[in-house]
Amino acid sequence: MLLIYCPYCEEERSELEFRQAGDAHIARPTNMTEMTDEEFEAFFFLRDNVKGLTYERWRHLNGCGRFFNAARDTVSDKFVTTYKAGLPKPDISTLRPATEATVETYEATESNAK
Amino acid sequence: MADLIGADLATRTLPLAGFHGGSGAASLSAAAPATRLSLRAKPDAVSALSLALGLSLPTRPKTSASAHGRHALWLGPDEWLVIDENGADMMGAVASSGVLHSATDISHRNTAVIVRGRGAEVAINGGCPQDLSLGIFPVGACSRTVLGKAEVVLFRTAEDTFRVECWRSFAPYVSGLLNEAAEDAGN
Ligand SMILES: [Zn+2]
Repeated sequence: MLLIYCPYCEEERSELEFRQAGDAHIARPTNMTEMTDEEFEAFFFLRDNVKGLTYERWRHLNGCGRFFNAARDTVSDKFVTTYKAGLPKPDISTLRPATEATVETYEATESNAK
Repeated sequence: MADLIGADLATRTLPLAGFHGGSGAASLSAAAPATRLSLRAKPDAVSALSLALGLSLPTRPKTSASAHGRHALWLGPDEWLVIDENGADMMGAVASSGVLHSATDISHRNTAVIVRGRGAEVAINGGCPQDLSLGIFPVGACSRTVLGKAEVVLFRTAEDTFRVECWRSFAPYVSGLLNEAAEDAGN
């Protein structure tokens, strides 16, 4: 079972208590009435679907109820860090040891999945 | 209301009326009716609400405060479940606080199962993934979590006793799942 650290509960809790809530750090435009349909589509629907490190909103739905942000690897499903909503993107270079090889394949991560 | 002999009063059916179950290791019973508040407030309102309720609303995760049969359980940074086992009017109490807050009377939305015995942790862990060992979840600890498919609020009232709060519509499921797990807890 995947454990996720909730920055509000200040402890790791089971994934069963959480819901993913889309990409984080999406700037809501302040000029929506002036935007073209294409610009609105880009803001509202188009996401990068990153392979590797991504920033997501999560909600501790069956816990403290709070939304927070997570830096997560979409290949290994590893949570690099979680942080409270409203905080800036953390500097990943300080979070990822330089010696850690980037995991490239699903098979490579599954073989040593914890 | 019972003193109104002969009056034609509607009777309320308790969701777990008469429920008993479990095993020698973990006995289950329905908690007595209580009044309950879902309380939400910003940090600057906490002291006035604490004064109005007669206990210090906890501000640390997984902690609770109790006084005279009333319990305030931390659910989130701005959210508490307040339970009064004496059925006191807590809506009136918080309304007099004079500070901005949101209070909803959920006395009848929730019900609770009391799980007691040396196997209480194991019985709840039958459907709940949280670490309930005494060091991590001591007496007085509380948290909103899941029990199988239902959301519950756990409150450890003694080393061997938990109060499991759930929505009344989930009571048959929660009590049934706990009953199964309690039977296994003795083995
Ligand atoms: Zn939380």
